[in-house]
Amino acid sequence: MSLDEPSLSRRGLARLGVAAATLAAIGAVETTTSKPAAAQASGGTIKVGILHSLSGTMAISETTLKDVMLMLIEQQNAKGGLLGKKLEAVVVDPASNWPLFAEKARQLISVDKVAAVFGCWTSVSRKSVLPVFEELNSILFYPVQYEGQECSRNVFYTGAAPNQQAIPAVDYLWNENKVKRWVLAGTDYVYPRTTNQILEAYLKSRGVAQEDILINYTPFGHSDWQNIVASIKKFGSAGKKTAVVSTINGDANVPFYKELGNQGIKATDIPVVAFSVGEEELAGIDTKPLVGHLAAWNYFESVDTAQNKKFIDTWKKFTKNPKRTTNDPMEAHYIGFNQWIKGVEKAGTTDPDAVIDALIGVSVPNLSGGYSTIMSNHHITKPVLIGEIQGNGQFNIVSQTPGLVVAQEWSPYVADTKDLIGDWRAPLRCGAFNVKTGTCTAGKKA
Amino acid sequence: MPRLMVLLLLMGLCWPFAARAGDPLAELASGNFSTVRQGVEDLALSGNPHAAAIISALQNSQLYYMPDGMLLLKADDDSFTNAVTGESFTDSDDEAKAVRVNNSVRGAIDAALGSLRLFDKDPSVRLDAAEAVFNAHDPAVIPALDRALAQEADPSVKRRMLQARAAAVISDPDAAEKDRLDAVAELRSRGDQASRSLLSSLAGQTGPVGDAAAAAVVSIDWVLQLWSVGESVFYGVSLGSVLLLAAAGLAITFGVMGVINMAHGEMVMIGAYTTFVVQQFMHAHLPAVYEFSLLIAVPLAFLVSGGVGVVVERSLIRWLYGRPLETLLATWGLSLVLQQVVRSLFGANNQQVDTPGWMSGAIQLGGLTLTLNRLYIILFAFLVVGALMAALRYTPLGLRMRAVTQNRRMAAAMGIRTPWIDALTFGLGSGVAGIAGVALSQIDNVSPNLGQGYIIDSFMVVVFGGVGNLWGTVVGALTLGIVNKFLEPIAGAVLGKIVVLVLLILFVQRNPRGMFPLKGRAVEA
Repeated sequence: MSLDEPSLSRRGLARLGVAAATLAAIGAVETTTSKPAAAQASGGTIKVGILHSLSGTMAISETTLKDVMLMLIEQQNAKGGLLGKKLEAVVVDPASNWPLFAEKARQLISVDKVAAVFGCWTSVSRKSVLPVFEELNSILFYPVQYEGQECSRNVFYTGAAPNQQAIPAVDYLWNENKVKRWVLAGTDYVYPRTTNQILEAYLKSRGVAQEDILINYTPFGHSDWQNIVASIKKFGSAGKKTAVVSTINGDANVPFYKELGNQGIKATDIPVVAFSVGEEELAGIDTKPLVGHLAAWNYFESVDTAQNKKFIDTWKKFTKNPKRTTNDPMEAHYIGFNQWIKGVEKAGTTDPDAVIDALIGVSVPNLSGGYSTIMSNHHITKPVLIGEIQGNGQFNIVSQTPGLVVAQEWSPYVADTKDLIGDWRAPLRCGAFNVKTGTCTAGKKA
Repeated sequence: MPRLMVLLLLMGLCWPFAARAGDPLAELASGNFSTVRQGVEDLALSGNPHAAAIISALQNSQLYYMPDGMLLLKADDDSFTNAVTGESFTDSDDEAKAVRVNNSVRGAIDAALGSLRLFDKDPSVRLDAAEAVFNAHDPAVIPALDRALAQEADPSVKRRMLQARAAAVISDPDAAEKDRLDAVAELRSRGDQASRSLLSSLAGQTGPVGDAAAAAVVSIDWVLQLWSVGESVFYGVSLGSVLLLAAAGLAITFGVMGVINMAHGEMVMIGAYTTFVVQQFMHAHLPAVYEFSLLIAVPLAFLVSGGVGVVVERSLIRWLYGRPLETLLATWGLSLVLQQVVRSLFGANNQQVDTPGWMSGAIQLGGLTLTLNRLYIILFAFLVVGALMAALRYTPLGLRMRAVTQNRRMAAAMGIRTPWIDALTFGLGSGVAGIAGVALSQIDNVSPNLGQGYIIDSFMVVVFGGVGNLWGTVVGALTLGIVNKFLEPIAGAVLGKIVVLVLLILFVQRNPRGMFPLKGRAVEA
């Protein structure tokens, strides 16, 4: 260091400190370390785009999905590829940055000329790429459970709609534990807000009073849960069985569950049913204090079928890590990828229009022992499973719907959407058809 | 003769239940949750001498069954014994299946074990048992409670048993009105949330019991209200101490040295990962002292983060003194690099850092639930800041640091190697951040993004408290913590945070140098 005095006064420093804090706030969102798209087009391959964040806050969840796609593509190539050509993965990193998702999607479709894209995790990233897929007419397979209220011609939703996850979970608590008082706790963004709106309407339609519902939102990555957990405890002391329905997302779950454990809230007192907590999220915590808390998914690693066993074995071999877990969105990609393969084979081409039409009705085995079919609303049929957390970080499946559940893309419990249906088959071809007025309100495609 | 009496008594007790129940052991050997639950309840009341052993094996998921209905206990070394006869058993065909439990079975297990352990020799076991019976508040255990009460000598256990009995009586709609009124009074004097919950289920009823319950709920609510203020203060202090830990290192690098260190959060993250590595190592090589892994992680985290800090200062920061904007950008870039390095080394997933037994759980202080990990972190934060202040004030290194920051040329003229002191000061700040990482690993995710969540708060604390003043940092952190925790219940977590930020901006507008501005010539230097 030179002997010069620093040129800034302390006062100036304080100002810069504020500026620095602001920059940090932006930085938390703008961490972009994009990689150039892999390999240029080479003769006889069909390209598959993978649009998952490999850095930034969502990397924790999405990196796994990139890996599982690479595994599925490798397997397919070992089986001889598709339409006599090899598949080639094009991996891009949108870095947990929502506008960058749109940019990368555009690059995948118009520069790399991929046949279909598998990607996105958060709803906000899906909303960000949606216009790009519709404008450039390509195909997106979206593997994560979401809030519904959407039905695009270019998107195939292989994750659960609310009636394939949230509502069966509430029903389970209602019937099994006689829960009469509900805390709807979520992270403050579109998925929890819409889901809670649907759940609130649903609970009220079943006769739950307003004062028996407590809705609470917290920021992304919230880490200090002390008084929220205390207020849940207080809410639960009104003489009625209480449960928490959690749409808390990602990183914030770990401190939330730790606080529950520390304040001594056991699953037998106030059970928590989560929609965003899977095997992957539990890998970072000691689950012994959490035994008995619930999660609702369409797949658990502990599903006891031969197919699932094979899938887990291949996965562990592919990642060369015997400790890697599998989870629900991975199964969604497994289903979606196999459906896409079948759809392309059926259409005989990768042309998006032909494939989109061919995909409806395509049925492939899922990992829980049934078949998942793409319906005319571009959602798939799935079983709903409720699992209780065990001491080893896995789930003990305590309830499974007897058959497959068909997704309701537009919620019948929300006034604005209760008359809407999505149907992309020949005569109708509409994403939001109002059955009362007989008009197509949005997403018409000639 | 007495033996016969006991037998008769037991038979008398079992008789009404034995009539409706099937064979409880056969019920347990089933894959159906409601049958298993029934089995647990029946077994607890059957007087079977193996009941406690079987049910606690079920609780620890060590109870298995064969297709023919034989119950097996699984030992820690995976060998089986017959649950009834105690003979060892070899499961050659791999046919034994675990008896699965769900929440409702688990509730029945807790209640059953509670009623079985009411007669244990150890008073602390009896106390826990009474608490479990209280939580289950099943009228069926009243006779057992009465017998336990008759022979109980320990006053605190007796108190708890009376409360448990009151809870059971309240849940019994057929109990006499006088008994129920007494039970309401008993629960009112207990006065916690669990009692409130029981009472408010009665409060809606008409008649004297309902009225007494409603009055009791009001009185309990009032007391709980008072406690909740205390609770908010504790939560505030606890959040404040976390902020303080995170900001203490920054108070050195930014506050004393004037380096806008955007990579401060990553030093915290490195400290947390050091904890993870230490735990992994000790788990594999020194399992005997695993409980104390955190104590070993503290100095190591200080050295690792401090070492990284010294390297960063020598290689990057020292070229940028006096150019705050460039420092800001360079350290921000550095923070991204460090994050990605950790992500490449350890993966993007959260790493599991265990909380040792002595830091888990909570203590009950009147109506307050004080979680132990938070309590230890509060203590730890003040210890760290105390040590930091002492180091600055009483050690030769501290003296030189202060000399260099107050008047660099004069210090150099006195023979102090100022570049060396710069590096050490930066290393000290980074090391303290590393120590903070050890504490934060106990309450937050250990992931590459750990630091990002704290960098904004740290700058807020340092600027608010007054740049260059450690006391200011302490007061700033506690103020922000407490204000935050009092706002949260009113405004919600999201809005609460926004309100705090707006208030802070207004405050810094009026007092740009924070709460405790430094005075004297050093200020304008």
